[in-house]
Amino acid sequence: MTEQALKLGPYTLQSRLIVGTGKYADFEIMEKAIEASGADCVTVAIRRVDFSAKETLLDHIDRSRITLLPNTAGCFTQEDALRTARMARELLDTQLIKLEVIADQETLLPDPIATLEATKILVAEGFTVMAYTSDDPILARHLEAAGAASVMPLGSAIGSGRGILNQNNIRLIVDTLKVPVIVDAGVGTASDVAIAFELGVDGVLLNTGIAHAKDPVKMAAAMKLATQAGRLAYAAGRMPVRQYASPSSPMEGRVGG
Amino acid sequence: MNVTINGKDQELPENATVADILRELGLESRLVAVECNGRIVPRDRHSLSLVAEGDRLEIVTLVGGG
Repeated sequence: MTEQALKLGPYTLQSRLIVGTGKYADFEIMEKAIEASGADCVTVAIRRVDFSAKETLLDHIDRSRITLLPNTAGCFTQEDALRTARMARELLDTQLIKLEVIADQETLLPDPIATLEATKILVAEGFTVMAYTSDDPILARHLEAAGAASVMPLGSAIGSGRGILNQNNIRLIVDTLKVPVIVDAGVGTASDVAIAFELGVDGVLLNTGIAHAKDPVKMAAAMKLATQAGRLAYAAGRMPVRQYASPSSPMEGRVGG
Repeated sequence: MNVTINGKDQELPENATVADILRELGLESRLVAVECNGRIVPRDRHSLSLVAEGDRLEIVTLVGGG
């Protein structure tokens, strides 16, 4: 927790914040927001080529400074996720993959069983798997045992901005896992980031919280500060929560006392 | 010959390799991955892999995402 860099298998990231590249109004805002966030790792998706596109995502990302983390977003079956992961490896010559196997379109909740099975298969194929999952601590343990390089519990549903719905579960995951824990999904504003780090997570991954802010660049800067504040507060060791009040000023020596 | 590319039927010259097809589509300098009939064709085999009548190609790239 006190060490600055985030180690994911053979990869090392300098920033504890990983940001997405989707949902921006335009590439220029995306570039500025990524810069403001301080992130040196961004997620990308794999899709069919748009033959008519004039400019592309990669025209706007400096790959000498930023690590690309391909995802298997939009995969609703284990087989699709495996296929997409292998395409990502071919595209980027990387073993890094953010594994998502989604159960349904409305909730975008991860399918726990397909995710666990896909993790085992991808780990066996040499991938560094960052597994997107629910906030269930037991499932998190299974994913770690399956060889995931990082377990990424959601705070709340993708794109919902509801923040961390079950702080207790996130803390349990942090306490019981040895691999890095990265809260991914549902982060809506800077305080959500700070709360996540105060619970002891190793990283936070978010996209919509920045891209759909009224001023994404400003929000990205806020997220960067929240990362620093949350990690510092965690390292400082917060005061205990008390049932009743405890005065901050002394009771002795009061006038008329 | 008729080949399906990204779900759409296309007429392409006979005896085209994957590299030929990428060139034909103006993709030779873009970062893409190619799958033929469900199997990835590695980059170093693009100019060696012949595409046949009825083959289904998927040509993918990176886009923004979370």
